[in-house]
Amino acid sequence: MEQKTSPPRGRTRIHAEDGKQELTITRAFDLPLELLFQAYEDPAIVEQWMGTKVLKLENKKHGSYQFETTDPKGNKHRFNGTIHEFVTNKKITRTFEMENTPFGVQLEFLEFEKLTEDSSKLNMHVVYKSIALRDQILQLPFAQGINFAHNRIQDIVSKLK
Amino acid sequence: MLLVASQSMTAGAIASNFDTARPTVSKHLQILTECELLNQEQSGREIHYHLNPKKMKEIASFLEPFRKMWDDRFNKLESIMQSKIHAYRNKKNKS
Repeated sequence: MEQKTSPPRGRTRIHAEDGKQELTITRAFDLPLELLFQAYEDPAIVEQWMGTKVLKLENKKHGSYQFETTDPKGNKHRFNGTIHEFVTNKKITRTFEMENTPFGVQLEFLEFEKLTEDSSKLNMHVVYKSIALRDQILQLPFAQGINFAHNRIQDIVSKLK
Repeated sequence: MLLVASQSMTAGAIASNFDTARPTVSKHLQILTECELLNQEQSGREIHYHLNPKKMKEIASFLEPFRKMWDDRFNKLESIMQSKIHAYRNKKNKS
């Protein structure tokens, strides 16, 4: 009888070793490989799950992309990069840069893997310019969370006055 | 930190495990206590130090917001694509 193992459920894992200027993000999806890849390839779908506007997305070697997000205050933020490798259902190698920020450019290796007919895995390997920059970017959501909490407290306190 | 993980210890007992001078160890213990990673407990004339597991957990979860940001994003990707599968299957069943 054929042994079947259930596909790993969708948990995202981050591996960031101390003193290194890189990290990996891994995630298993309950999606066929082709659909997972389509979510990266189709600009209309990218817009939906990334919550961003796709200004440009050239899925080819030497192609480039540019996205724009609008924050709750109405400020626009742009991201862009160059595509170095684009192999359908296999891999995307690209750069990523947040415009008008001091974070610089990062190099991303995205690898797509079939697990079963209905499940797939994404492995994202990100290399930063320096250890300090990687650590700063890792802490951004944490810092934003603190700022958010701080602003909420300020809002509540100012209403009490 | 490893030393006090299983049992509470006095500053002297902790210091005896290191080659560093006793005042240096005391200074370290003071900082770790200020950061709430260690708790102090007075027992007669002696102060015992023990680990604060709650605070340790907080530090371990420092990267959690970064992980959660990606997890939320990927959950959204998954649910959008899964609804496409359902729509496709429904359409196929009807035809």
